[in-house]
Amino acid sequence: MKSIFFHLMPYRDLPDDFEQRYESVWVTPPNAELCDPVKVAQYYQWNLDELELADQLGFDGLGINEHHQNAYGFMASPNLMAAALSRRTSSKSAILVLGNTLALYSPALRVAEEFAMLDCMTNGRLAAGFPVGTSMDVNRCYGITPTETRPRFYEAHDLIMKAWTQPGPFAYNGRYNQLRYVNPWPQPLQKPHPPVWLAGGGSVETWEMAVNHNYTYSYLSFFGYHFAKRLMDGFWETSERLGGTFNPYQAGFAQQICVAETDAQAKEQYLEHVAYFFSKCLHIPDYYFETPGYRTRRSAEFAIKTGQPGEIAKIATLEKNWETLVDTGMIIAGSPATVADRLTEACKQLRVGNLIALLQIGSMPHELTKQNITLFAEGVLPKIRGLWADDGYEHKWWPQGAEQPATEPAPVAGS
Amino acid sequence: MADPTETYIELKDGAFKIRVLQAGTGAPLVYLHGAGGLFWDPLLAGLADRFAVTAPEHPGFGQSQGLEHVPDLWDLVLYYNELLDTLGIERATVVGHSFGGMVAAEIAANNPERVDRLVLIAPIGLWLDEHPVPDISGIPPADIPALVFADPTGPVAASMPAPDPTDPESLLMAVNSMSSILQFIWPLPDKGLHKRLYRVRAPTLLVWGAQDRLVDPAYGPAFTRAIDGARLEVIEGAGHVPQLEQVTATRAVIDAFLD
Repeated sequence: MKSIFFHLMPYRDLPDDFEQRYESVWVTPPNAELCDPVKVAQYYQWNLDELELADQLGFDGLGINEHHQNAYGFMASPNLMAAALSRRTSSKSAILVLGNTLALYSPALRVAEEFAMLDCMTNGRLAAGFPVGTSMDVNRCYGITPTETRPRFYEAHDLIMKAWTQPGPFAYNGRYNQLRYVNPWPQPLQKPHPPVWLAGGGSVETWEMAVNHNYTYSYLSFFGYHFAKRLMDGFWETSERLGGTFNPYQAGFAQQICVAETDAQAKEQYLEHVAYFFSKCLHIPDYYFETPGYRTRRSAEFAIKTGQPGEIAKIATLEKNWETLVDTGMIIAGSPATVADRLTEACKQLRVGNLIALLQIGSMPHELTKQNITLFAEGVLPKIRGLWADDGYEHKWWPQGAEQPATEPAPVAGS
Repeated sequence: MADPTETYIELKDGAFKIRVLQAGTGAPLVYLHGAGGLFWDPLLAGLADRFAVTAPEHPGFGQSQGLEHVPDLWDLVLYYNELLDTLGIERATVVGHSFGGMVAAEIAANNPERVDRLVLIAPIGLWLDEHPVPDISGIPPADIPALVFADPTGPVAASMPAPDPTDPESLLMAVNSMSSILQFIWPLPDKGLHKRLYRVRAPTLLVWGAQDRLVDPAYGPAFTRAIDGARLEVIEGAGHVPQLEQVTATRAVIDAFLD
């Protein structure tokens, strides 16, 4: 099983009464009032240090993503972060940019170019994430018409794959991207192209796209593995229905994890920061989540009829005390042995071969984050690494360069 | 007052299936509804005493289908040309409310020969930095009455239809309906109408509620300045839906204009 240390890059010092005073953590939290660039300069150093530590301690991959105007993840350009990581991480770890929100880019050729650059800069260690993106990012921050979200995503995907795999120059006549000369320099180092990772929150169309194109699908939520079960089952059922072959490495899921020496210490050390995450970082009004038209009619129908908004609302009203968070699986926390057991159970239940480990949570300070990463790497990773190993599945979606550098690796800084 | 007939009109081999309410006899009058939806209100009932009123539902709104065939505003304007052709309406008085007012103004600018007289009730379609039109999909639903009605707790506000939160079909229809409007006004309801309004030749009446907190009454003069000879009537005690909050006064100014 692959373990990916995933960093959201949150603002770690929101005011105590943030959720009472402000409407939302996303889109509208007033920047001049709340976001101190001096603090952010420090955060970026910590964030990169934490990612680099995970690389040094043997994580299989490092994961980052894209959000806009968002206090729980101010990584407007994950490609800038990936570029920094490309120079300061070993040749072993994959760099998973999960990903670039395709619908935001016009022309979307920019994504083809930057991902190809990163693939070359990392010697083929890049996994190219193509999320549809949230309504907050796509519709509200970047002003894309809600009903164009999916059509723009599909067209951008089509353009990027052609730009990567067909010899240029050629013309591309799309509705949103009309280009006379498609000829990006370079094309990616990995052939035919970097592995594509889709990420989603339960849209039927994304499951079908992952199966039809043989991409990975990662369920990215913050509600843990119990909640993820029904949606991951939906993915596997879709795969079966469309004639896909089951392979756990085709799927990933995100889980918040807190590791301490003992179960009791985990609560003592992490509760404050996890509570910060659930009370402040998920402080998003539901009318931002579901702009009418953001989901296709089909997915809106699926979501409403399977009660998804109700279920999320129900989770939102749960009291976020330690026991509830642990019992509902929203966090997996405790000693390395406890965490390894529960992660094994979770990954088996969900049948996933890629664990996207969220180890920096909310206000968690730098030193505690390093402890979490270190205890995970030393006490948990070795115990879960062998999961699926004896079942004969091949990981066909791992970046080629992460195991076998295509050229001499760049020297690792500090080594 | 006769009840309207409800029919479904198909266009382009069934690509569009549009619910249409019709009543009355006389010269043709086309009514285009806003984001609140199409229902037979006292204004339409009164107009049907003098006109052959035709009120089509916006594609994708409510039971009407075909949104995917009108990806942008230009397609929507062409669609209305074809709808009028199909209905056998060569030229009509056009009345539009809010989003429907924006569409009515676009039709009148694009096809001045088809519009006899134009009545715009609190239309959107222009943008004034000093009076930003609120994002109706980006505020708590409970805040909407205060933007839309002069009296947010009055009987008119209370009578507005709302989706049944326990009925998935009703919720789905509300989402689909709103998405069909947002498709043409996202992220701001300015799609260049100001460049085209000079083409409007129809005598034009603007009607605005004095307490309209959704589309500020300052937009009234912005429209009358842009349309040659247009007149503005401001209705006291009304918000964004003067035809419901001040029925008599609103009907009076419209009737007087259409005489």
